[in-house]
Amino acid sequence: MFGKLGFDAIPLHDPIIVVVGIGMIIGGLGLLAAITYFRKWGWLWNEWFTSVDHKKLGIMYFIVALVMLLRGFADAIMMRTQQMVAAGGSMGFLPPDHYDQIFTAHGVIMIFFVAMPMVIGLMNLVVPLQIGARDVAFPFLNNLSFWLFAVSAILINISLVVGEFATTGWLAYAPLSGIEYSPGVGVDYWIWALQISGIGTTLTGINFFVTILKMRTKGMTLFRMPIFTWTSLCANVLIIASFPILTATIAMLTLDRYFGMNFFTNELGGNVMMYVNLIWAWGHPEVYILILPAFGVFSEVIATFARKRLFGYHTMVWATVAITVLSFIVWLHHFFTMGAGANVNAFFGIMTMIIAIPTGVKVFNWIFTIFRGRLEMTSPVLWTLGFIITFTIGGMTGVMLALPAANFVLHNSLFVIAHFHNVIIGGVLFGMLAGLTYWFPKAFGFTLDEKWGKRSFWFWIIGFYTAFMPLYVLSFYGAARRMQSYPNAEWQPWMIVAWVGAVLIACGIACTIIQFYVSVRDRKKNADVTGDPWDARTLEWSTSSPAPFYNFAHEPTVGDIDSFWTQKQRGLEQAEQKAYHDIHMPKNTHAGPIISVFAMIFGFAMIWHIWWLAIVGAVGTLVSFLARVFNDDIDYYVPAAEVERIEQAHLKRVEAHS
Amino acid sequence: MQQPSKWRRRGTFFVLLALCLLLAGCSSALMDPKGDIGEAQRSLILSAFGLMLIVVIPVIVLTIAFGWHYRRNNTVAQYLPDWAHSNVIEAIVWLVPVVIVGILAVITWRSSHELDPHRPLESDQPTLEIQAISLDWKWLFIYPEQGIATVNEVTIPVNTPVRFRVSSGSVMNSLFIPRLGTQIYAMAGMDNDVHLIGNEIGTYWGRSSNYSGAGFAGMVFDAYVTSDEDFEAWVADVAASPNELTFPEGYSELAERSSFDPVQYFSSVTPEFYERLVSSFHTGTDPETDTQDADRAPAVDSNEAYQTTDNQEGEGADNGQLISNEAGG
Amino acid sequence: MATDTLHHGAHAGDHDDHEHHEHHDVAGTKVFGFWVYLMSDLVIFGTLFATYAVLMRGTAGGPTGADIFELPLILFGTFALLISSFTFGMGVLAMNANRVGQLKMWLVVTFVLGLMFLGMEVYEFHHLIHEGYGPDRSAFLSAFFTLVGTHGLHVTFGMIWILVMLVQLQTKGINAATRPRILCLSLFWHFLDIVWICVFSFVYLMGVL
Repeated sequence: MFGKLGFDAIPLHDPIIVVVGIGMIIGGLGLLAAITYFRKWGWLWNEWFTSVDHKKLGIMYFIVALVMLLRGFADAIMMRTQQMVAAGGSMGFLPPDHYDQIFTAHGVIMIFFVAMPMVIGLMNLVVPLQIGARDVAFPFLNNLSFWLFAVSAILINISLVVGEFATTGWLAYAPLSGIEYSPGVGVDYWIWALQISGIGTTLTGINFFVTILKMRTKGMTLFRMPIFTWTSLCANVLIIASFPILTATIAMLTLDRYFGMNFFTNELGGNVMMYVNLIWAWGHPEVYILILPAFGVFSEVIATFARKRLFGYHTMVWATVAITVLSFIVWLHHFFTMGAGANVNAFFGIMTMIIAIPTGVKVFNWIFTIFRGRLEMTSPVLWTLGFIITFTIGGMTGVMLALPAANFVLHNSLFVIAHFHNVIIGGVLFGMLAGLTYWFPKAFGFTLDEKWGKRSFWFWIIGFYTAFMPLYVLSFYGAARRMQSYPNAEWQPWMIVAWVGAVLIACGIACTIIQFYVSVRDRKKNADVTGDPWDARTLEWSTSSPAPFYNFAHEPTVGDIDSFWTQKQRGLEQAEQKAYHDIHMPKNTHAGPIISVFAMIFGFAMIWHIWWLAIVGAVGTLVSFLARVFNDDIDYYVPAAEVERIEQAHLKRVEAHS
Repeated sequence: MQQPSKWRRRGTFFVLLALCLLLAGCSSALMDPKGDIGEAQRSLILSAFGLMLIVVIPVIVLTIAFGWHYRRNNTVAQYLPDWAHSNVIEAIVWLVPVVIVGILAVITWRSSHELDPHRPLESDQPTLEIQAISLDWKWLFIYPEQGIATVNEVTIPVNTPVRFRVSSGSVMNSLFIPRLGTQIYAMAGMDNDVHLIGNEIGTYWGRSSNYSGAGFAGMVFDAYVTSDEDFEAWVADVAASPNELTFPEGYSELAERSSFDPVQYFSSVTPEFYERLVSSFHTGTDPETDTQDADRAPAVDSNEAYQTTDNQEGEGADNGQLISNEAGG
Repeated sequence: MATDTLHHGAHAGDHDDHEHHEHHDVAGTKVFGFWVYLMSDLVIFGTLFATYAVLMRGTAGGPTGADIFELPLILFGTFALLISSFTFGMGVLAMNANRVGQLKMWLVVTFVLGLMFLGMEVYEFHHLIHEGYGPDRSAFLSAFFTLVGTHGLHVTFGMIWILVMLVQLQTKGINAATRPRILCLSLFWHFLDIVWICVFSFVYLMGVL
């Protein structure tokens, strides 16, 4: 009846999980009770869950990402604590089985459920506004993408208290992830969470690719698009071209595990190297999916706060395009030690280094944007400067890893860990936090508190260096990654330093949380009345904050890069009293959440081999999708009078303010 | 503004950090290697590091200097809000990375070939072959010439080139002795190899560096580099062991999951043990129950499904096929 | 700050009606989006083809392609699918001429041809499994079943889609909602045809040769 699921699936033997589980249940129940008590269910469902408004979806992506960041960070600090104590024969406080789950979950969560939703959330929030569109090309699919992602995040969290998570490392290398070596449900959680959210991501990629190519406002040629939109476009190209590889690869691993097939088994002709190749053929573009939009954020931030045009716009664009193309022909550098011939290794090594050229050029372009500017040291700028320095160091260690002959001693060591945290924290995370601070007023109508933002930055950056520089050192002593314990007692002092770094980062996260609290408390004082709090350059700042649900009452016209800035410089012709018109908008949809919940049921049932429930989930997914297809009542017109009322209210506020 | 103090604090921090790292690095395995391969890798790492500092240091300095000089309240600094292009700067920022990457590319090409793990080392000594098999979770070392085997201990004579043939009886692992250099993956059904040499007598250690499951932390072993006489004595010592290693029965027993295994010696090994284990993965039979293959010819010569991962050049960049065990070489 | 004076497109005075707000061409966007989806689907097939190419010789002592492929049968299915592409094309022509009855008729014919193709595939799979050559026998068979089966799964979804469109044409006729859907479905169907031609030549013909 319930497949493999029984009461023994709940890990009562592990006190850490029990405490966390009880905490999660109490917290969850408290949240549900609060929503019920304040009668917010209808509001949540109608205004948020079913919304097709890209801005609200962007906000929801960010909320889930920040919650998952806490979960992922809890894993991180447990890993650092374990490695701090488990030296010289000590086994620490986490047995291998638990420790292995933690580092796997940490990687999976941070990449798929923190970095990805932050990037996609920011694209949602910003891209349509930057190109002067009223929504994305396929608003319903956008909602569906979010919910597919959200239910996958729920699946991952269920694995904490029901059953177990994978103990295979975040990429679940075969044959370790095969049924022979991982018979438990951990890998199945990994499979279904990634498969469901991966489909959502692919849909997002298609959606935004079409949006950017088809929905740009009048006059916005490709080479007038803001850099963030450009980098998003390239990231979406990467999603479209790479995520299907992940989907197919995970599907094959699924067939191996569920039907005894032999794609990636040791026996019967299976080929484990094929798995490693395929997963990295997706995995390497994936890191550029994350970093390119972050590059875009820095470009916007630095130009805005230096009060100066971005240096070398065209160079930036072409460098981005070059990185996009190159990212598909470097994947082998993740396993030089597999034993391919010297020519193959050298080819992929050199290709990897070539990526450093456009990236280096970008770095110089940011620096020369500051040159002859007037740089305002806001917290987004601090994140950007911190990024330039940190990312450059990370890039350097990346090139060292790209040298096959050097990789032979650095691979699989803590050097790799330090390197990719160097670029992912220093690049993606700093970028997303900069972007969050920068565009927060556009989403909520008030700016974030600067003082706590800067504190967060200093804790993060000092914490980062304290936590990860010791790992570079340890790698030179031969410390491998993913060690639950190690006999070398002399490594312990470095591990203690790294732990201190993790604690500093925890303070940084705490500062961000306090920042949200303080900012909400002071929202009246920090209100962004004009819609352009930073005196910025791109279209999203030309509408009010928070942007009305239709984004723009009149479609803007663009004649330049940084068109809004140019218009402001010209002093602007007074907006002639133009008549407002009805605006065509998509209606909210129940289908997104419902389809996704069925997908989650399907995934959960497959994980536990509850076949009847899997059929319920699959049929439910299909039927609810068809119900959507047969629903013609999907759009409406906002009456001109309503538009006028909203716009006039905004104008009045601005006048009262000035 | 408290910016200056912040920048100063940060600068001091970096200098201190760099000093710590330098001091710490000198005695480390990779910076104090005990063999020619590791030696070459050390100089490769250092020269690549030095080359890249040509870009990295200016970037850091410029970022801080520009950030400081062009700060908002420094009204004496030049301000050109529409200045966004300069051919000279563009040329420099493209040229410098191109040149450095060009140099690095040459270094990459040369070092990839010189330090190719499959490449035999030049020496007047004959090469010693050791077959290393990763199991859950221990290392089995077979000395085919000496007819002995050990678990979790490997001894090599000093200044003698060693060819490790590396395979796995279960999941993927990686054979790595940090003081000697290059690691290589151990994969079931694959006959990988790495050539190493120890030039200084001593006791080092090795481990699997590729995560392989619950017992991974315990996949460590001692690696001794000894004089020729000590090596002979050690071989005799192992050969005096009462234990023998047979295939497939003894192997099945040894392959049982265990971690942090004590050192074991085997005075004799079934002939072609390594080859038979590797080829057992290609035949569709389970090595642990299959006793039929005793009279089968060694896979190396006959089985077309059996390929090494050695250089298979001339097939372009489609490595998916290149290094597959089924691809024609 | 000067924002208060900027109100969205000082020059934009021209798009005043509902029709104009649709100037992004919703149907065109849909079809373009579907093209992009097809490209991503192509990557899935590409991945499966690459896997097949690598695992083709991983027969593990089991049968090879030459041992098990029955070309006449496959050829029959191939022709059914090729003809179905033609009949779908006729359907689109009928739609362009606004002949809903003809369109439905061609869709039904396409459906039947698709069913014949699927029948061939189900027969082949059943036969192989019955012989003991199921997908768990060897890596080659895993890759073969998965590549061909994924295509078959796509055809199945295409047929469900045809049924859905028949219902919608019955209730709604040819309109702004159904027209792009038929166009997308026709793209999908031709796409499956092209993929099948690759499967046929790469898997079956090369396997037998």
